Amino acid sequence: MSKAVDRNSPALSAREAAVRIQGVTFRRGERVIFEDVDVHIPRGKVTAIMGPSGCGKTTLLGVIGGSVRPEAGSVDVLGHSLVGLSRAGLMRVRRSIGMLFQSGALFTDLSVFDNVAFPLREHTRLPEELIRDLVLMKLEAVGLRGAHTLMPSQLSGGMGRRVALARAIALDPTIMLYDEPFTGQDPISMGVLLRLIRLLNDVLGLTTVVVSHDIHETASIADYIYLLDRGHVAACGTPEELRQGSAWARQFMNAEPDGPVPFHYGGPSIAADLLGLAEA
Amino acid sequence: MTEILHALGRTGIGAFESLGRSALLFLYTWRGMGEVLTRPRLVLQQVYATGVLSLVIISVSGLFVGMVLGLQGYNTLVGFGAEEQLGVMVALSLVRELGPVVSALLFAGRAGSALTAEIGLMKATEQLAAMEMMAVDPLHRVIAPRLLGGIIALPLLASIFNTVGVWGGWLVGVGLLGVHDGSYWAHIETTVDLRDDVVNGLIKSVVFGVAVTWIAVFEGYDTVPTSEGISRSTTRTVVHASLAILALDFLLTALMFD
Amino acid sequence: MQKRNLELAVGIFVALGLGALLILALRVTDLGTTVGRDGYRVLAHFDNVGQLKPRAAVKVSGVTVGQVAEIYVDPETFDAVVVMRIDRRFNQLPLDTSAQIFTSGMLGEQYVALNPGGDETFLAEGDTITITQPALVLEQLIGQFMMGKAAGDE
Repeated sequence: MSKAVDRNSPALSAREAAVRIQGVTFRRGERVIFEDVDVHIPRGKVTAIMGPSGCGKTTLLGVIGGSVRPEAGSVDVLGHSLVGLSRAGLMRVRRSIGMLFQSGALFTDLSVFDNVAFPLREHTRLPEELIRDLVLMKLEAVGLRGAHTLMPSQLSGGMGRRVALARAIALDPTIMLYDEPFTGQDPISMGVLLRLIRLLNDVLGLTTVVVSHDIHETASIADYIYLLDRGHVAACGTPEELRQGSAWARQFMNAEPDGPVPFHYGGPSIAADLLGLAEA
Repeated sequence: MTEILHALGRTGIGAFESLGRSALLFLYTWRGMGEVLTRPRLVLQQVYATGVLSLVIISVSGLFVGMVLGLQGYNTLVGFGAEEQLGVMVALSLVRELGPVVSALLFAGRAGSALTAEIGLMKATEQLAAMEMMAVDPLHRVIAPRLLGGIIALPLLASIFNTVGVWGGWLVGVGLLGVHDGSYWAHIETTVDLRDDVVNGLIKSVVFGVAVTWIAVFEGYDTVPTSEGISRSTTRTVVHASLAILALDFLLTALMFD
Repeated sequence: MQKRNLELAVGIFVALGLGALLILALRVTDLGTTVGRDGYRVLAHFDNVGQLKPRAAVKVSGVTVGQVAEIYVDPETFDAVVVMRIDRRFNQLPLDTSAQIFTSGMLGEQYVALNPGGDETFLAEGDTITITQPALVLEQLIGQFMMGKAAGDE
């Protein structure tokens, strides 16, 4: 079933795709995380990667960012093949990637200002006044210019994530990766983040990849959606296409509790368990 | 029976694996040292965190160790009528052994555990991963300055420990028990040698500084990123560092004072 | 401001540490004191040096004037040769000065005691002290005592 939908995966040319993942397989110990996965991320679009918990969404971001090295298959990011790339080469590719971590991952010993200035100070030799202007501009974009003297511990969860976002776009990346940006956010900051992600993508001309399982929110800003399930691409397409797609895709998109994805985890029948009948 | 052998084998393999990982960490970190030297402020912060913040515990312990040495040494030496040798006993015990060893043990408890916890927490909160994604190598930016800072701080702390200790012995011996002031210092001066004693003691504390900080940063970097994992790593830092200090001390003493 | 405080604290710490090291080097060892490297060397032949070791004190009337630099065996006479470095300030020791090996206290270290004579010329670099008395070796003393006693009984 899933394979049939998989063929819909648009084979984008190197020019149209910012990221091309082809035939990627990755195992963690005995557990298969991906098997022969193809994912193409179109340039300038917001692509969402969704799926049930534990389907390897976050690992896929690791593959794009080069922190997870697949066993087989090819990964092209902005025309550079990550397979067999040296550490120095990987670092060069990463300069054009910004990533927002699930926890924000702000440096707790640095102030908000220094956090946003960190990538600028590490990678450029700009004078301090210019860095100051750039940092305040980035903070302005996420609406937190007034908070630049605070320490990360003084920020709320939503504010912390916005500061992390400002830090991620400090070096003007070409690709932005978001790892579960909406988890644990109140409705207001969720709305703010949604708007920011879409806005940054359109204004700065980024390519955006959002990993999430908040289906309605993500679908509202995504141009294109990949649904992952048990290490395969289960379905992909625009939000509209998926809502009318396979039974599995519909169950996921409409958040129905039971369907092709069973409510019950596999096991012996309840009668067998409760009555203590031995398995045959 | 075979279960026990299996467990033994697993432990052995695990130990060797982490030994290999720590060796790699050390190598990669040293490769980043050149980069660190161009940014001394990073090292300065670490010398502050490991050195300045350990100053109080080191001085107070040095004082007490010196005073105890003065008291015990006096009681032993006075039996032979050799109490004017008290200064020599205090100074040699401190400079050769107790100074480097005790200050390193305190350093492992005070600064080593803090280093492990800090790096472990940075890993658990994805700060290290975030740095990596910003194309900044955490081994160079986070680990290398900490390693260098610890290596700089410990010999300085040990010297302070020694000096305060000799003074503590003087307080008890000369101030309290009535040893002659002049002979306390004169015997130290004629007996303690710069190269054999002071420099060898200094070499010891440099070696201990490398060992303790290396173990601390490795345990932090290699931690299981959960609260339980960090607490285990912190404990391991103190235990492993202490054992390493004592074992290395035996080795160095055998090499230096044969 | 915060940065300046950090610099100050680390500066004080490093100064303290280096200062302590300097104290150890100067005050605790003999570097800064009486016997400098620029003393003159005097030799003395002894039948037996006992427990005398390099770096032992050389004293005149109980005052340290130098230290033992080296001890070796003369390959021809099989005497022990003790090379002493005497501080430059004590450059008026008479040529007929005698040397003796003593022990400070019951269990103390051994040292070389110099007894100045009355000669008009002074010891200089490389001179040899001819009048020496060897170290007392406890076993020999006891042996002599026993022998003497046995002889007396006869």
